[in-house]
Amino acid sequence: MAGSYDRALTVFSPDGHLFQVEYALEAVRKGTCAVGVRGNDCVVLGVEKKSVLKLQDPRTVRKIVMLDDHVCMAFAGLNADARVLVNKARIECQSHRLTVEDPVTIEYITRYIAGVQQKYTQSGGVRPFGISTLIIGFDPNDEIPRLYQTDPSGIYSAWKANAIGRSSKTVREFLEKNYKEGLSKDETIKLTVKSLLEVVQTGAKNIEIALMTADSVIKNLEIEEVEAIVSEIEKEKEAEAEKKKKPTASTS
Amino acid sequence: MEFLIGITGKDFVLTASDTSAARSITVMKSNEDKSCDLNKHNIMLYAGEAGDTVNFAEYIQRNVRLYGIRNGIELTPKAAATFTRKELATSLRSRHPYQVFLLIAGYDITTSSPHLYWIDYLGSSAEVPFAAHGYGAYYCLSILDRYHHPNLTLDEAKGLIKKCIDELNNRFIVNLSDFKIKVTDQDGIREITI
Repeated sequence: MAGSYDRALTVFSPDGHLFQVEYALEAVRKGTCAVGVRGNDCVVLGVEKKSVLKLQDPRTVRKIVMLDDHVCMAFAGLNADARVLVNKARIECQSHRLTVEDPVTIEYITRYIAGVQQKYTQSGGVRPFGISTLIIGFDPNDEIPRLYQTDPSGIYSAWKANAIGRSSKTVREFLEKNYKEGLSKDETIKLTVKSLLEVVQTGAKNIEIALMTADSVIKNLEIEEVEAIVSEIEKEKEAEAEKKKKPTASTS
Repeated sequence: MEFLIGITGKDFVLTASDTSAARSITVMKSNEDKSCDLNKHNIMLYAGEAGDTVNFAEYIQRNVRLYGIRNGIELTPKAAATFTRKELATSLRSRHPYQVFLLIAGYDITTSSPHLYWIDYLGSSAEVPFAAHGYGAYYCLSILDRYHHPNLTLDEAKGLIKKCIDELNNRFIVNLSDFKIKVTDQDGIREITI
């Protein structure tokens, strides 16, 4: 077994693993799914929402958060860890504005967050953040949508579309199959919802979508809007199934 | 020789500041904006020790923004003024206190009412219907005493500001030349000319 190599974080196992970091990645894999897709002039975040309890106020459960006016983030993993990280990132966003009078670029804040996450894999008395993040936004005075991902080890990377959290592999494979260059706003949202539906069984009420357009304005889609997209997708799926059925019917 | 003025009206606050950046007896710049937007509905006008002013104003601005983004709700004018006052009071008791004079004007969207706060470097803060900082205050407060009323319309307020500026041009020994005039109401902050 792992023996004593997973007790203290800063100790490597003989085969070069940091067990605590790998356990953190496991926590991410247990977290609810989050998807990010870049369109032509927009970028969309979609998350799987846990169903709230009957007497709970759904507004207090948030998985898509703003870091600054032009940066938005979704995460998968331990909620409480995310809150700490989000807080650090928000302070850095304002601090950056204070020191250089410019808003942060998306890469900068991603690097910062990944930097914090890395630090917690190499210091004594701490444990890594049990979250992966997807960060979207537009750089100041720029029209190109950005999408980045960070993970507990402190790795960060840029993506056209990606998923994190539970069944993220399935969703990523779906995105790889269905992603096209130059998606319009509606197509981007639709692809996001479609990919989430691969793993969210309960449909629209457990999906939350945030859209950011080139003017850096974030828009959270209402439940009705998501429902409309979900039913549209379902109709398409039915039509496709019908089409597949017909030729077999004629041959028989 | 700087001059800041603010007037609350029925559903807005009108603020104006001179635009000269001077050092000793020389005017270095004549289009300086001595205000900064704390958030969508709050503006802060600042005067005092050059350097201190901008530094302090930006520090407050960033903290107010941080509050907004952290909590998903913006500070009200009263909250912003109280926070600022406290920062100044803390600063006063440090080795190098900020020497700034402030007006915080804002529109409280929760109660749909305009507010104006007069704050000085000693950390005193007062909510007032109209206020002015600098030598200009000596000339303007009497005019405002005479003509201000709580139901002031924007046009009336503009006229009142004009009266004040005219008086300064007439009596005050220093030429303040230009003013930046801004309105803060339920739609946010915008610059106007009169």
